[in-house]
Amino acid sequence: MNATTSDSLAEFAARHGLTKSAARPPLRKYIADLWQRRTFIWQFASSKSMAMYTSSRLGQLWQVLTPLLNAGVYFLIFGVLLGTDHGVTNFVPFLVTGVFVFSFCQRSLTAGARSVGNNLSLIRALHFPRATLPFAFVIVELQHLMVAMLVLAGIVLAFGEPITWHWILLVPALALQLVFNIGVSLIIARMGAFIRDVQQLLPFIMRTWLYASGVIFAIPAMAHKFKDHPWVIDLLAANPGSVYVELVRTSVIDSYRDDLVTLNWGTGHLWWYAIAWAVVAFAGGFWYFYRAEERYGRG
Amino acid sequence: MANVKEKTGKPVAKTGKGKQRQDIEQPAVVIDPTREPIVVVDGLHIVYRVYGAGGEKGSAATALMRVVRRQNRPQMNEIHAVRGVSFVAYRGDAIGLIGTNGSGKSTLLKAIAGLLPPAGGGVYTDGQPSLLGVSAALMRDLSGERNIVLGCLAMGLTPQQTREKYDEIVEFADLKPGFIQYPMSTYSSGMGARLRFAIAAARTHDVLLIDEALATGDAKFKRRSKAKIEELRRDAGAVFLVAHNLDVIEETCNRVIWLDDGQIRMDGDPAEVIAAYTEATSK
Repeated sequence: MNATTSDSLAEFAARHGLTKSAARPPLRKYIADLWQRRTFIWQFASSKSMAMYTSSRLGQLWQVLTPLLNAGVYFLIFGVLLGTDHGVTNFVPFLVTGVFVFSFCQRSLTAGARSVGNNLSLIRALHFPRATLPFAFVIVELQHLMVAMLVLAGIVLAFGEPITWHWILLVPALALQLVFNIGVSLIIARMGAFIRDVQQLLPFIMRTWLYASGVIFAIPAMAHKFKDHPWVIDLLAANPGSVYVELVRTSVIDSYRDDLVTLNWGTGHLWWYAIAWAVVAFAGGFWYFYRAEERYGRG
Repeated sequence: MANVKEKTGKPVAKTGKGKQRQDIEQPAVVIDPTREPIVVVDGLHIVYRVYGAGGEKGSAATALMRVVRRQNRPQMNEIHAVRGVSFVAYRGDAIGLIGTNGSGKSTLLKAIAGLLPPAGGGVYTDGQPSLLGVSAALMRDLSGERNIVLGCLAMGLTPQQTREKYDEIVEFADLKPGFIQYPMSTYSSGMGARLRFAIAAARTHDVLLIDEALATGDAKFKRRSKAKIEELRRDAGAVFLVAHNLDVIEETCNRVIWLDDGQIRMDGDPAEVIAAYTEATSK
């Protein structure tokens, strides 16, 4: 029975096998915990998707209407008013594919930036691997993408493109994009959790990225404008936004593959870029997010 | 003007009370070697950040001047809610935490649960302490059915366990027939509270942390929820209870800690501490 200093209190705890309460688990255990939460991630995402439209009159129909209206706006401005369709035979499917695929990146990152910072009450109430949140918010966007892809298939067919075996490549292309999106969302989520200003800045970054990724024009068709600086085109073509958009385009739009042949533009490198971006973003993002695991509760 | 961090830049911020905070001499921690410790709190400090709290008037011009002068954002306040708390809880303890509003009781619970990272000191536990409460994971716009599944999964139950517990939760919540399929936003406040409690009580805890006002609803439900808490207490290694209702604390706890402005004012026998607390607060 004796009074003790705080130093020996920690020793006393260790002697009795007590562990630190707010400690970050080892990486292996963290991954196992996250895997154990996979049903929660899916349930949380579906619930979010459902709750998103419950108060509107058209309800779940907005899942289809939102991508359609988006495509309509871009078509009106860039297809009809500005006429940026040089070098592309079938411009509408080209544009709509670009908008849908790119907005998967865009919306994942925007949601990722808010995923931790705006859910502090949840983080301060329950125990779970915090990476669950960015994962879940990207899965919400994946569910929206699924609907958008059905809409896309309809549009592509309506504009006279045939169904070919290339369509199967859609699956690995979007899977790689999903992995990439999760990786980048994890990075943005950590930044957004501690620096709220990220959320304000993000729309501008996203818009710049949109214009640099050849969503509304074909990068190959721009090559002649940068004859003196070919590295500009190389850079634009290597950026992940463009890589995933182009992969989907070459999978589902038959005439676009012919356009690229006409423009003398190879696509073999695209898969390598797609894999590299996905692996680097996911591994880096996961590690970066995990490093701050025990601190997210502070806000 | 409130809440300006001191220029010395020391990590410990002041609260916005404007007056100097009193330091209470902390009672020495006495270790009982005959009992098995389950929670050790060692010189714990908790500082958390609050965004958007009012400071000065927030025009764009003043914000710019602040950036130019390299001052801290007034919208972000650091609150030093727990200041150097130490104690040891043993297996079988039921500890009541009392104190006035804002004395750091809830913050201390969250720190024991490992949800708020310590700014200094540490919390050591055997097993994972968890708060009794699941409200933050639920979504008002969705049906009770869906929220039960969501809540159970959020607490870390497996899908299998969730299915097993489902009927038990529905039965315990005892909603009007059919209401389980309606969105929770259509529930009366009592019904919502009942469902939330039923979900939260569906899992067992190593160290159970209970934060205030759990026994809500009508008299019948109060009785049943009290019995449920008793049951959870028996299964748990130790219980921490925050409540303003001193009768509840005196009834259920074998030890009471009185927190005052983030520090321990008194720690000991319930009757003794509550008597002192009542005297101090009734002045």
